[in-house]
Amino acid sequence: MKFLSVLLLCLSLLPAHAARVETGDERLDGIFEALMGSDFAAKEDAISALAATGHAQRFEWIEGILDGRLRLLKKQKRLVWAEQQGSRYVATDALSGEMLGEFKKRKLKKIAINNAMRRGIRGILATRDLDSEDPAARLSSIQAMLANPSPGQAQLVEPRLASEADPEVRSAMQLVLALGKLGAQARKERLQAVIDVSASLEPAVRQQLQKMTDSDPDAGVRAAAARSLEKIEERVRLFGHLETLFFGLSLGSVLVLAAIGLAITFGVMGVINMAHGELIMLGAYTTYLMQLLLPEHTGLSLLLSIPAAFIVSGLVGIAIERGVIRFLYGRPLETLLATFGISLILQQLVRTLISPQNVPVSNPEFMSGFWQVNSVLSLTYNRLYIILFCLLVFAGLFLILKRTRLGLQVRAVSQNRSMARAMGVHSARVDALTFGLGSGIAGVAGVALSQLTNVGPNLGQAYIVDSFMVVVFGGVGNLWGTLIGGIGLGVANKFMEPWAGAVMAKILILVLVILFIQKRPRGLFPQKGRAAEG
Amino acid sequence: MFLLRILQGDRSGQLFMLVLIATLVAVPVMAALPADHALHLSSYTVTLLGKYLTYALLAVAVDLVWGYLGILSLGHAAFFALGGYAMGMYLMRQIGDRGVYGNPELPDFMVFLDWQELPWFWFGMDQFWFAMLMVMVAPGLLAFVFGWFAFRSRVTGVYLSIITQALTFALMLAFFRNEMGFGGNNGLTDFKDILGFSLQSDSTRMGLFIASGIALGLGYLSCRAIVKSRLGRVAVAIRDTEDRVRFVGYRVENVKLAIFTFSAMLAGIAGALYVPQVGIINPSEFQPLNSIEVVVWVAMGGRATLYGAVIGAVGVNYAKTWFTGALPDAWLFALGALFVFVTLLLPRGIAGLFRRRGGA
Repeated sequence: MKFLSVLLLCLSLLPAHAARVETGDERLDGIFEALMGSDFAAKEDAISALAATGHAQRFEWIEGILDGRLRLLKKQKRLVWAEQQGSRYVATDALSGEMLGEFKKRKLKKIAINNAMRRGIRGILATRDLDSEDPAARLSSIQAMLANPSPGQAQLVEPRLASEADPEVRSAMQLVLALGKLGAQARKERLQAVIDVSASLEPAVRQQLQKMTDSDPDAGVRAAAARSLEKIEERVRLFGHLETLFFGLSLGSVLVLAAIGLAITFGVMGVINMAHGELIMLGAYTTYLMQLLLPEHTGLSLLLSIPAAFIVSGLVGIAIERGVIRFLYGRPLETLLATFGISLILQQLVRTLISPQNVPVSNPEFMSGFWQVNSVLSLTYNRLYIILFCLLVFAGLFLILKRTRLGLQVRAVSQNRSMARAMGVHSARVDALTFGLGSGIAGVAGVALSQLTNVGPNLGQAYIVDSFMVVVFGGVGNLWGTLIGGIGLGVANKFMEPWAGAVMAKILILVLVILFIQKRPRGLFPQKGRAAEG
Repeated sequence: MFLLRILQGDRSGQLFMLVLIATLVAVPVMAALPADHALHLSSYTVTLLGKYLTYALLAVAVDLVWGYLGILSLGHAAFFALGGYAMGMYLMRQIGDRGVYGNPELPDFMVFLDWQELPWFWFGMDQFWFAMLMVMVAPGLLAFVFGWFAFRSRVTGVYLSIITQALTFALMLAFFRNEMGFGGNNGLTDFKDILGFSLQSDSTRMGLFIASGIALGLGYLSCRAIVKSRLGRVAVAIRDTEDRVRFVGYRVENVKLAIFTFSAMLAGIAGALYVPQVGIINPSEFQPLNSIEVVVWVAMGGRATLYGAVIGAVGVNYAKTWFTGALPDAWLFALGALFVFVTLLLPRGIAGLFRRRGGA
């Protein structure tokens, strides 16, 4: 109401260069007249006044000003809705909806607005949904106010608080009110408000508190604001750490996924497979090819890629074992060289058959987006899914090794090959299957990686050193060691990043692992045994 | 006389030295022939041969630790690159004010990064003798510190291979950073001259080729001397059964440390000779792939022969030059197949073929 009186006062002082507008509503007359004028300040006030009228069409009009559909019909001094039809415009009266006929473009003048007015209009439009039936719409309306605070908000929200039923909307409303009270005249009110907002994490609140800490006239309020601010900052830092932890967990999951297949081939079988990275790459390319086959269903093709990649990489793994590795058992260094040669061949094969460039792999709907926990913490879905997927794969592998006949045979062969053979285990078949299993898991890891990084011929190279580090750090021959080692390295890496930088953090992790191996050459969880040397 | 004593009883070594000396004499003669002569060698070919010789020296260094000590180092490219960087730093300082920015004190990339003065580790690098000292000290020191930790805690076999690979990988990441003060991604390049001789002139290139040849010869002789000494025999014993040597009372870690450090210094020298011939050194020299490639040269030529490493290095690199020119796509197939083929069918390398024939 205050605005309106100021506005009317202004209007009465304006020279009456415009003709009287007849709307049948005294308040609207003045507002419409101001909107037709060229004085920006007057127009700004008129828009605020329009918002306060409570007229059913007020938001439509205000939105029309912003997007240029509400125009001035010059001749008749009327505000009209202008709709383009071909080269001409159809005008309807803004108030009555009366059809006024077609006009040329130059007969209709846009209502000129500046940036300050645009901001104001957006703030006003944000309040449109305050009375919506849908609580989510009400909440987003309130949140828009919090993100874009303006002085009149508190008055708008206050009468609605009592009738609000949704607790989430209520607390957001209370925050808006408290934010409004931060600017109150009375010292006591400000002091209370400063204490009330100390549980909020909104950036607007923090900004306002910072302002008060610096320049509030009262020393007591300044001190209270500083205390509240400190309390809020502390929580923000806590959530920052949680976010880093989340990033670390997701990086760790990637490492575990990449390394867990290696934990089987290297850990259980003692075979150094330098082509492991390329088996991951094959899994990623399987995802790409699957998407080419089913271009319409990204979600389905991703799910189908998981078994497909397992089979492709698994079969390639079995072929490598049957073709090369089985001739080299007991000569680990030679195995290393031969499998490295295979990795070069696989890389070049992909370059020649598909493309030397990276290929695009799209993310399905459910992988994109994020979960907004609060205003300072949001978790992206693709990272969440990676963590879950990693745990699933781990659990599946663990069950296979502990609960199935194959798992029993694998463990028997890895512990004592000749005794296992004496008990009737077909050790050559077990070797091939174990290697296939480890390779297949690498393929599954490739499916996961295709959702996170670029898919190219060099994808595997980037992970091979990391994977070996994880396996060696966790302790060879121990799946739990791989899980804990991978997650631990990922989290440590992400916590070092803020102060060391991304590359330096990676270097430090490598150096730490190298030093750690010196101290405990057999990793975090060494396999127990009687052998004199490892 | 001393040299002859080293080669005594080493038939293939004598043959190798003869071939090397003959090459070092023949190449300058052939390069001096008129350009249209059938046997004329262009300056490009001379530089290429010089590059092969530095690779061969690197391969000899790897063979010393792998063939005679049983340490499969997947990180020797790191020592090679460190030596190369030391040489590159000297060459950078020799550019003086002829760089793009014309700053007499700072190399171009530092001016570009808006640095005001040389970092401390660049001091003294304008002196040739000091830079040459660093060529050996930097890789030697790294190998010593690394070996000190690794051998003392008895990290062996595959584990050692993997952490040497991690070492070179970490160094590669580190050298990619601009803040390190080694030119970041681009490395050091745009060299002008060495000891006052222009790097573009044919005579300097010939000089570098001859220097590489002499370094290879001396490197071979010193490795041979080590292998023939008591130290070398203990090393072979360690390779075959480490525990037994330890139980007999030898300090295994000291033997390993000495030979590993020496080998790293040799690799550093190879790197230092490599850089002025190719005209650039950048972090990609630290790539784990490079180290593994060296290993395959040695495996191809034949482990524990020293001269086999030379055959492997020159042979594989000649093949690489040919493939990348004629069939660029097929090179990685060929290299990959070579890895598999040699390990499966030729465990003793090309030298093994000669030896069997000689024995029969």
